[in-house]
Amino acid sequence: MTRQGKENILKGHPGIGHTVRGEALVAHDNFSARYDLDRLKGRFSRPQHKLHGENYVDKILILNAAKGGVASAWMLKEMMSRDMGPKALVLNFANPIMAQGAAYADLPLLDRFEHDVTSAVGTGDIVEVNPAAGTLTIIERK
Amino acid sequence: MRLSEYEQDMLSGKHGWPRQFGMDQIVKVGNFFDAEDCVEVAQVHLMADTESLGEDGVVFLEKLAGHPPEERAVKVPTVTDPRGIDFEHYKELGQSDRMADLERRAIDAFREMGVMMTDTCINYQTIMPPVLGEHLAFGDTGSSIYANSVQGARTNFQGGPSALASALTGRAPRYGFHLEEYRRGRKIFKVDHQPRDFADWGALGGVIGRQMESYWDVPVVELDVLHRRPTSDELKHFGAALASYGSTALFHMVGVTPEAFDGRVALVDAPETMGVIGTSDINAFIEAYWPQDDVVDVVVFAAPQLSLMEISEVADLLDGQQINEKVALIATVSPEVKTAADRMGVTAKIEGAGGMLLQGVCFYQMCAREIGEAKGWKRLLTNSAKLVNIIGGYGYEPVLASLECCVESAIQGRLVR
Repeated sequence: MTRQGKENILKGHPGIGHTVRGEALVAHDNFSARYDLDRLKGRFSRPQHKLHGENYVDKILILNAAKGGVASAWMLKEMMSRDMGPKALVLNFANPIMAQGAAYADLPLLDRFEHDVTSAVGTGDIVEVNPAAGTLTIIERK
Repeated sequence: MRLSEYEQDMLSGKHGWPRQFGMDQIVKVGNFFDAEDCVEVAQVHLMADTESLGEDGVVFLEKLAGHPPEERAVKVPTVTDPRGIDFEHYKELGQSDRMADLERRAIDAFREMGVMMTDTCINYQTIMPPVLGEHLAFGDTGSSIYANSVQGARTNFQGGPSALASALTGRAPRYGFHLEEYRRGRKIFKVDHQPRDFADWGALGGVIGRQMESYWDVPVVELDVLHRRPTSDELKHFGAALASYGSTALFHMVGVTPEAFDGRVALVDAPETMGVIGTSDINAFIEAYWPQDDVVDVVVFAAPQLSLMEISEVADLLDGQQINEKVALIATVSPEVKTAADRMGVTAKIEGAGGMLLQGVCFYQMCAREIGEAKGWKRLLTNSAKLVNIIGGYGYEPVLASLECCVESAIQGRLVR
């Protein structure tokens, strides 16, 4: 599937959390809350990250794979408690830490799509994440 | 997931809210990864530094700790990863009283639950080494990869809430590296390089880690171990960096690790043969972090905490020397190693040279951004590839070098190669 394709529903593995709709922030890069974020300012802070400098707060964050350490398991909820978290996390491949963090924080999480989700969705697209169905629907392309 | 009657009772709340939280967390994560049932775990390693917890996480721990003892007590031996505060040194590091207060509250809550405050990420060396085939819930990437790979135990990365869930229930969902089929090698690396020091071992872990596509990739590493076998500390640095760069929880090293000891390692049906890793790859990895100038603000030995052997090496190099006034030198060890270092005169050598030996903490788990801002530190020199990978996001400019280079740079007050 390509961004130009007509298919607007992407199928993944059933995820964690409730259905949400919001604006996508997308990059084919990996993710760790500790390694990549300035969690106080709500921005990507690792200079090498493709989203360096971008504000992720209240966005549906769409990235390739979970990387880095274990801290995200606590940090996702800590960020959300200050209203400084993403609205949902969508990955090609989650790891246990992201699943544990999402379960603890009640943060919607989806992964294991049939195709590369980061190339099917673009930054600024409006998407709906339905973890129970394991689907990401592109509502409106930017 | 298929649950036993006891597990079902915990999930329903019959054994109190803390165990209900634990089973709920286990079932949610287990369902996400298609776990069929639970394993019973022998011990838990719990990462819960206060930087990660924040106020919200500490309030959660206090809520758990407020339940009656029969509901809040951990079910299996549970030990802690490094904390965020060394109470003897936090003020000189620019950490606030608020951070220290949060730390005290978290410790109080853990003690109410019967958690052993070991405050170390090298529990597999210093507390109770895991054994072959043992199911665990280990909560640091470095401790997980070492236990899985070098000791042949079975764990996934168990981040704080899930490690706590395992502590309260004695269970973990059976998926991933608890299962034989996930432990098979997927990517084969030949290494035509003999790592020269800990930084080199970490760089090798980093080079391989960058080629891991997801948590499920298991590298098989072939290098010359006939002429020189890696030590526990070398495998520690290799594994910590591999886990950090790759989100990797298991490796096999042919002729070294138990599931590849006789050269017959179980592989997936179509394993991928990767390119040969040579000295030029290791040098390029290290070189990429080196700056044009020779400024250094702080030298850090951490991530993982140092063993008694490593800290003794640092101390011997510093003995009779003086660290340059423009540079700070920090080393972090577990409380057990600190006690030994005090007893053996190691601490005196480091402090006599002007260095700081911290116990029960690790540098990146101490609100490193706030420390850097308070102390004006930007350029950080270390022999830990794992720390180099982490600390860039905290506003530092990390540089990777050998232990000897790190100590000499601290003495000279500039980057020395």
